[in-house]
Amino acid sequence: MKIATILIALALAATTVIAAEQRIVLKEGPGRDKIEANCGSCHSLDYILTNSPFMTRPVWDAEVTKMIKAYGAPVTDADAKDIAEYLAKNYGPQP
Amino acid sequence: MQSRRDFLKTTGGLMLASGAGWHAGHASGADAVLGPAELPEGTLNASILEVLSGKVALIKKSWRPPNYETPVSYFNDVFTPNDAFFVRYHLSNIPEVAAATWRLKIGGEAVDKPLELSLENLQHDYEQVEIAAVNQCSGNRRGMFVPHVPGVEWGPGAMGNARWKGVRLKDVLTKAGLKKEALEIVFDGADSGVFLTTPDFVKSIPVWKAMDENTLIAWQMNGQPLPHWNGFPARIVVPGWTGTYWMKHITSINAVTKPFDGFWIKIAYRIPRGKFPIVDRFISQETDVNTPITEMVVNSLMTNVANGQTVAAGRPFEVKGIAWDGGYGISRVDVSQDGGQYWRSATLGQDYGRFSFRQWTYVANAAQPGPLVVMARASNRAGATQTFELIANPAGYHHNVVQRISLNAA
Repeated sequence: MKIATILIALALAATTVIAAEQRIVLKEGPGRDKIEANCGSCHSLDYILTNSPFMTRPVWDAEVTKMIKAYGAPVTDADAKDIAEYLAKNYGPQP
Repeated sequence: MQSRRDFLKTTGGLMLASGAGWHAGHASGADAVLGPAELPEGTLNASILEVLSGKVALIKKSWRPPNYETPVSYFNDVFTPNDAFFVRYHLSNIPEVAAATWRLKIGGEAVDKPLELSLENLQHDYEQVEIAAVNQCSGNRRGMFVPHVPGVEWGPGAMGNARWKGVRLKDVLTKAGLKKEALEIVFDGADSGVFLTTPDFVKSIPVWKAMDENTLIAWQMNGQPLPHWNGFPARIVVPGWTGTYWMKHITSINAVTKPFDGFWIKIAYRIPRGKFPIVDRFISQETDVNTPITEMVVNSLMTNVANGQTVAAGRPFEVKGIAWDGGYGISRVDVSQDGGQYWRSATLGQDYGRFSFRQWTYVANAAQPGPLVVMARASNRAGATQTFELIANPAGYHHNVVQRISLNAA
């Protein structure tokens, strides 16, 4: 009985979490769609917000490369470049 | 999009001043619940208190994979309630494990008799033991690293203390006929990545640590089944060592004769060699420059005072907190109320064992009106003490810088 209750609760929770995640709206700009399509398939995009505003272009490049090389994210070279550029511009240190 | 401010507006009444800040600053009142002011601006702006199924409202760090931090106020109790215990995952596929069909496989080339255990086997076929132990994320307080270290930007609450009940890993490995050639014991859990190319979260520990009588396969936490988000139906408990080895939703345990070469042990969760006062070594995985993280460093947290809080001048007030370490036991906690010039011993509370949080109290007294800076510094029985200067390392682990809280006596 307890287990059944837990399973129902979990099913509801999963829906709630995904709904909550939709609240994240990244800044408008070229490359945003590529982030949503690529980065968003494995993790919620709040990782970008919480790691701002510190990371310069080389640091974002390294992070994108880590996602591809270490974590096996299937991201094309062209997308990777656009993603890092968008991130540095919108979520890096501002001059 | 609901902003943090909107959220505070609607639920602000529930959030009392209970956060901790490390420097004089603006973190106080409701905001401090979400973490100290040193956290990245982006982290504080994106943080909200949110409820996962079966949990009270915790500090949401990331939705997917779910990473949720325990607010400091819960550490006023020596044991962290299951529903307030922090949640940490690396990978987003987290299945709901059914107790009735769950099986744990014990195998690998270094056992003679592979086993398959049900939850009932675990609960009835082995001696049951219970240990109080701190489970702390290696990256607890990463968000307070300067310069910034990318990752989950934790404040101080990626940790908890619980009574873990289960069976000794040693007893299970012995029953499986562990061979003397065994070098490491490898753990895998039910969670996985979205893509097959993402390295599965698999960890190993040296065989000597696996055979330590305190290392458990736990199926109960504070007298209750493990919450889903903390590893239901069973997880590995490695008292003294950081949470990375405490595999949740454990599905396989393999004894191997060669160093395990998975990403999460070979590349991730490493610290530079020789920088930390660490006793336990993981020799089969060491390189010339780094080593897997092992035991926790000695640390403490003030739990009942917040930055910017006002206390009455001329009257004693209590400062309360917890201290913990990698399993040597806390020998003393010293408190300063003048920014670190003069230190006096705090009174240690009940001892629940060397792997548990140890509570402490200190009676401070602000004789004159004005600002005062309270600091706490724990030491352990291995002779280690907290650092005043952050020990930099690439992944942002082992933050045990002495905390400073600025109060105002009026």
